[in-house]
Amino acid sequence: MMKAAIRTSMFRSVMAVAMTLCTVALAGDRHIIVQSTTSTQNSGLYDHILPIYEAAAGVQVRVVAVGTGQAIKNARNCDGDVLLVHAKSAEEAFVGQGYGKQRFDVMYNDFVIVGPRDDPAGIRGLSEATEALKAIASLSLPFASRADDSGTHQKEMQLWRDGGVDPIADSGTWYRETGSGMGATLNIAVAMNAYAMTDRATWISFGNKAEHSVLVEGDPDLFNQYGVILVSSEKCPNTRAEAGQHFINWLLGPDGQEAIAAYSLDGMQLFFPNARPNDPS
Amino acid sequence: MQDFAASFAEAFQLVFGLNSGLLEVVWLSLRVSLTAVAVAAVIGLPLGAFLAVSRFPGRAVIIVTLTAMMGLPPVVVGLVVYLMLSSAGALGPLQLLYTPTAMIIAQSILVLPIIASLARQTLEDLHVEYRDQLMLFGLGSLARLRTLLWEGRYSLLTALLAGFGRAIAEVGAVIIVGGNINHVTRVMTTTIALETSKGNLALALGLGIILVAIAFAVNALVFVSRAAAERYAHA
Repeated sequence: MMKAAIRTSMFRSVMAVAMTLCTVALAGDRHIIVQSTTSTQNSGLYDHILPIYEAAAGVQVRVVAVGTGQAIKNARNCDGDVLLVHAKSAEEAFVGQGYGKQRFDVMYNDFVIVGPRDDPAGIRGLSEATEALKAIASLSLPFASRADDSGTHQKEMQLWRDGGVDPIADSGTWYRETGSGMGATLNIAVAMNAYAMTDRATWISFGNKAEHSVLVEGDPDLFNQYGVILVSSEKCPNTRAEAGQHFINWLLGPDGQEAIAAYSLDGMQLFFPNARPNDPS
Repeated sequence: MQDFAASFAEAFQLVFGLNSGLLEVVWLSLRVSLTAVAVAAVIGLPLGAFLAVSRFPGRAVIIVTLTAMMGLPPVVVGLVVYLMLSSAGALGPLQLLYTPTAMIIAQSILVLPIIASLARQTLEDLHVEYRDQLMLFGLGSLARLRTLLWEGRYSLLTALLAGFGRAIAEVGAVIIVGGNINHVTRVMTTTIALETSKGNLALALGLGIILVAIAFAVNALVFVSRAAAERYAHA
């Protein structure tokens, strides 16, 4: 009798706990999903600008930060309302295939080549990124590549092509394909005394630089343009098109552009707004 | 070594600063993993009990399959659940991707084979001990399963804890189906992955220390309440 009573009460309390755990919070139901890149998240940009937008619009912006290649694939699966990435040709293909409405420039910064302090390739201060890469390749010095189809990786591959070098042939020797995000690749580069290419925002905010520093910068080829696209509601009927468009309008408008420009770390501005809202590209 | 000292300092600061962001992440971790264990237990315990007492052709195949699935790679489970829940997938209309529910589904799949396999082993041993008595009482098969589960309840807790350990520690599945969205689907393990990728190694390790401490607390709680319940039952 006693045992049965204990059993019942135990059962009840277990059920009560289970019920509490199961209640999925439905608060904040008004939201959009932005498929975006690790560089914008890891640098802290979203932590700075999103609260400003959310307070003004009353819509929660949920950012999924992956490589540009994966972000585009996720958006093609209709798992996002807005795409904010940095690989212009891939973005234009996305729009061209009808998955996106229009592509707009949002902001830019630049890529840099970082490497060990003693710089065995002697690339410090070179003005052309392709020359730097060629020097690294000719001496077979370790270079850590994202190798993940991200925007940064696509840019890196383009620079190798421009320099007439095929690093993939040497993959596994001096050319190390990490298959990881920017931060993980930088951690590897630092640990292996390797060179690497990174966007400047991730580098400035990266907390494990050790003896590594920026060696090559300022080449116009290292320009890093971010674009934003609304996912097409024709291809993806569930897209929250209205809320997504509202967010894009804000990003491209004076308030959004100001918020982007105001974000800095260690006194350095990380992203430079350059939207021309009436001029889709 | 400096990093380890810094990590402990970081962990203490995080805990005693009672950072509300940290609380949110810890709470979501517990909510997702405990719910996943509860779901897996509701399915896995009866399944384990059934496999323990019954004999039918193909039973061995099921048991070996379940045992092998204890080693399911979280990334693969995450990918499969993503493909199911994606808008382009079979369950797309449910709009569950990038929600805690998606994370619970993925972790339940990971934990189910562990709970079912361990429960099967425990209850099979118990069944050998009790078989004659159960026969004597002339209980139906459903009642026999219930009796076995009840008599083995303390040993089965270990199976649940093994499942919980797997769930609370994995990152591969939840980062794919949850998306590591701040304030929505960010849990302890995905936060650690994020801070590592930001190069904040001391902070990442500090969070790791807190995660281990939470796992320890859950296990200790179960251990103490089991001891108390056993004393009570035998009194």
